[in-house]
Amino acid sequence: MKKKRSVRISCLLAKLFSLVIFISSASFADSQISQEIKTGSEAIAHEEVASTFENLVNQFKEGDFNQKMEVINQITLLKDKRARLVFQSLLNDRLFYSKDVSQRVYSGETTPNGYRMIDVTTGQVIGEVNQDSVTKIKINNRLRKMLRTSLAQLDMTVKDPDIRLKAVKSIGNDLNEDTVKFLRTVLPLETDNEVRTAIKASLAMVDLHADDLKVRLDAIKSLSVTMDSEYNTELKKLVDKDSAGNYLEQDQRIIEAATNAIKKIESRVSFYEHLQTLFFGLSLGSVLVLAAIGLAITFGVMGVINMAHGELIMLGAYTTYVVQLLMPNHIDISLFIAIPAAFAVSGLFGILIERGVIRFLYGRPLETLLATFGISLVLQQLVRTVFSPLNRSVTTPSWMSGSLEINSVLTLTLNRLYIVGFTLLVFLILLAVLKKTRLGLEVRAVSQNRAMAKAMGIKTEWVDAMTFGLGSGIAGVAGVALSQLTNVGPNLGQTYIIDSFMVVVFGGVGNLWGAMISGLSLGLANKFLEPYAGAVLAKILVLIFIILFIQKRPRGLFPQKGRAAEG
Amino acid sequence: MFITKILRDDLGGKIFLSLLAAVIVLVPLFNLLVPASSLFHLPTYTVTLFGKYLSYALLALAVDLVWGYCGILTLGHGAFFALGGYAMSMYLMRQIGGRGVYGNPVLPDFMVFLDWKELPWYWHGFDEFWFAMIMVVLVPGLLAYIFGWLAFRSRVTGVYLSIITQAMTYALLLAFFRNEMGFGGNNGLTDFKDILGFNLQSDSVRVIIFMISAFALAAGYLACRFVVSSKLGRVVIALRDTESRTRFIGYKVELFKLWIFVFSAVMAGIAGALYVPQVGIINPGEFSPLNSIELVIWVAVGGRCTLYGAVVGAVLVNFGKSFFTAALPEVWLFALGALFILVTLFLPYGLVGLLRRKRRAV
Repeated sequence: MKKKRSVRISCLLAKLFSLVIFISSASFADSQISQEIKTGSEAIAHEEVASTFENLVNQFKEGDFNQKMEVINQITLLKDKRARLVFQSLLNDRLFYSKDVSQRVYSGETTPNGYRMIDVTTGQVIGEVNQDSVTKIKINNRLRKMLRTSLAQLDMTVKDPDIRLKAVKSIGNDLNEDTVKFLRTVLPLETDNEVRTAIKASLAMVDLHADDLKVRLDAIKSLSVTMDSEYNTELKKLVDKDSAGNYLEQDQRIIEAATNAIKKIESRVSFYEHLQTLFFGLSLGSVLVLAAIGLAITFGVMGVINMAHGELIMLGAYTTYVVQLLMPNHIDISLFIAIPAAFAVSGLFGILIERGVIRFLYGRPLETLLATFGISLVLQQLVRTVFSPLNRSVTTPSWMSGSLEINSVLTLTLNRLYIVGFTLLVFLILLAVLKKTRLGLEVRAVSQNRAMAKAMGIKTEWVDAMTFGLGSGIAGVAGVALSQLTNVGPNLGQTYIIDSFMVVVFGGVGNLWGAMISGLSLGLANKFLEPYAGAVLAKILVLIFIILFIQKRPRGLFPQKGRAAEG
Repeated sequence: MFITKILRDDLGGKIFLSLLAAVIVLVPLFNLLVPASSLFHLPTYTVTLFGKYLSYALLALAVDLVWGYCGILTLGHGAFFALGGYAMSMYLMRQIGGRGVYGNPVLPDFMVFLDWKELPWYWHGFDEFWFAMIMVVLVPGLLAYIFGWLAFRSRVTGVYLSIITQAMTYALLLAFFRNEMGFGGNNGLTDFKDILGFNLQSDSVRVIIFMISAFALAAGYLACRFVVSSKLGRVVIALRDTESRTRFIGYKVELFKLWIFVFSAVMAGIAGALYVPQVGIINPGEFSPLNSIELVIWVAVGGRCTLYGAVVGAVLVNFGKSFFTAALPEVWLFALGALFILVTLFLPYGLVGLLRRKRRAV
């Protein structure tokens, strides 16, 4: 406001207006501290502001870039809600004025025939106009940068602290006299802790180079609670050495403080990075658990290796795809229908496989392995013929997309978070089924000692079919979850089958807890090895580990007890 | 004398070996002596295709030995085959010399492409044929020895063993896909020019390699037959049927298993070494678990525990594969899948078993 203005005004009326602008904007500059406009007299002032706004916007039509900058500055100070639209349109090169007499300023959206115009002062939709009937208001890069900062300043008045936080970050990228001043004025008003820290950090970037020792130490202190790499780089500059190995910085206290701050930041960053890896590991692990848990049941009860298990997962994923095709307008709830549908489809296929093939091969586990592998080939080709060999993409429901940003290092993607929870849920349900229901009791009896169970009057054939159906159904449910993470294609099952085997073999057959623990630990091991070894080598190392582990404990982590296990 | 002794009670073997002998004589005749215009001319392409089948047949023999006679369902024999193949192709790669695209006299093209400055240590020596041949035998044998020694000593059996053999080949698959391994990564090794100074593309060299494959198959068959009809073979069959009883009688079961496993892996490696010059390429895909399972089905289709059945199965299934993937690509996986299911359900002794039963009925 202190700067001299040179706004070109042609008529007296406009001059009068400019006076009003001066007064009102100046008063607003002071009243940035004051909150809302409530009293009557202020309401009148507001009206005046409104007309000033219109005037200022009109000034975009003429003048060079320097004048435009000045106009932007003034509009920012007005704190008018409509300013946002103007700035945004200007930033996107979508602010126009009509070539007719009215010369009104519009914000335009591109349409096939021209632009769909919105009057920026009234908010009215004017409708579509031809490209030739309007003129674009031009800006340059300096203006763009300034617009971004101005937009951010507008955002600082919003109630949502997340938006304010983003605004601070955006202002922080464009630190100059004005923005620093602005940040200093908003800092005492800010109530949200996180936003305060961010403002302080941004200010500290400037204060680091102040003259006063105390200011500098304070700045280092406020940077030490951040995690962004840019702050860290700035701190590192303080402890830079010249070629002879002497510190460039003279003051020993600054060097000491900066070194400590860097250490603090780095240890915090690495802590959160480990948390992030932990989360990735858990999410990979829960995917493995989900894929393997059905296998653990069928393998445990019948001693049967079902090589078609991966394809049952694939069927579940395709069921999700089909359900979404059937209800394209209700994607958000389609998953809740897809889960039981996938359970039913894969479960039925499983029972079909058991009744059609596997029951003739009991007692010959190696032959079962081959036959079920044949089934897996047939199912793959079936899907290829019906759905084409191309990958199908399943839409992620809106409530599952996005991510939970804890801080700049730790970000949890929502779909993975949901899958971890979903795995737990499936696991608990399965545990309940096996421990609390009649079927579960019979399943456990048969898996411990088939002959004795049969002697006790359990229909083992029926139990076999049901177990197989249950295990396959769980595979289908796993398919629903996987469809949210990867592409749905005919090879989906193959990519998971070997991993599932590893989980089952590592955890011990027929043991839900074993599958859970081994799945999670394999997932974690994979993700924690990745930074050191790379993704592929990590996987190879895990495989080698399992091969060696089996030598030590041939029956897995939690071997089955009882006579049947002696085999 | 020795051969007749081995084949004394082996009618199938006699038939098989006579057929093989006929093939060894007739194929070069029809290819080299009959003029190309004649109806009876055998194109070199077909000769090479047959040669490929023969190397597969040798591989199937190896699988039959461990699965049929020793009861170890290996799902990782493709790995030994591929290792043998890689050893051979490393020799062929070094033979290209300065004729590669980049013209580097020492480094193969892919290493130049990756900007490597010198040959990795494990590539040294492969410019000598004898060294490569030793490696063809040694590398698969050593891997099988280490793997088998670990697995059999701790009594990993049955399905568990199958799964960890699968894990082994899967781990190798992943490893060979990495460019850093120095085996050509994804693309594998290809573009071979000649072997022992002879041009690989010429008809006569191809026929000779075909004949070598046929001889190797015959020798492999005789060796396997010798093994299974020896005392060692009897012990192996005994341990297949009841492992614990054999152990209690006093045999060191794991040593027998290990011996058979290593022997079979070496055979698979040789098969791989014969396969590569005929096909002209090897890539990590050979390690894929799918390939290894397919081997088992060749043996199952032909009839396990007969040796010649494995050969029949390998040739038939691969012939079917060549035919279907060209004529009806959609149907091939259905057919292969159905084969897996039907053979295990209805033909536990394979096609050969079908014939045998009829003969017994008569």
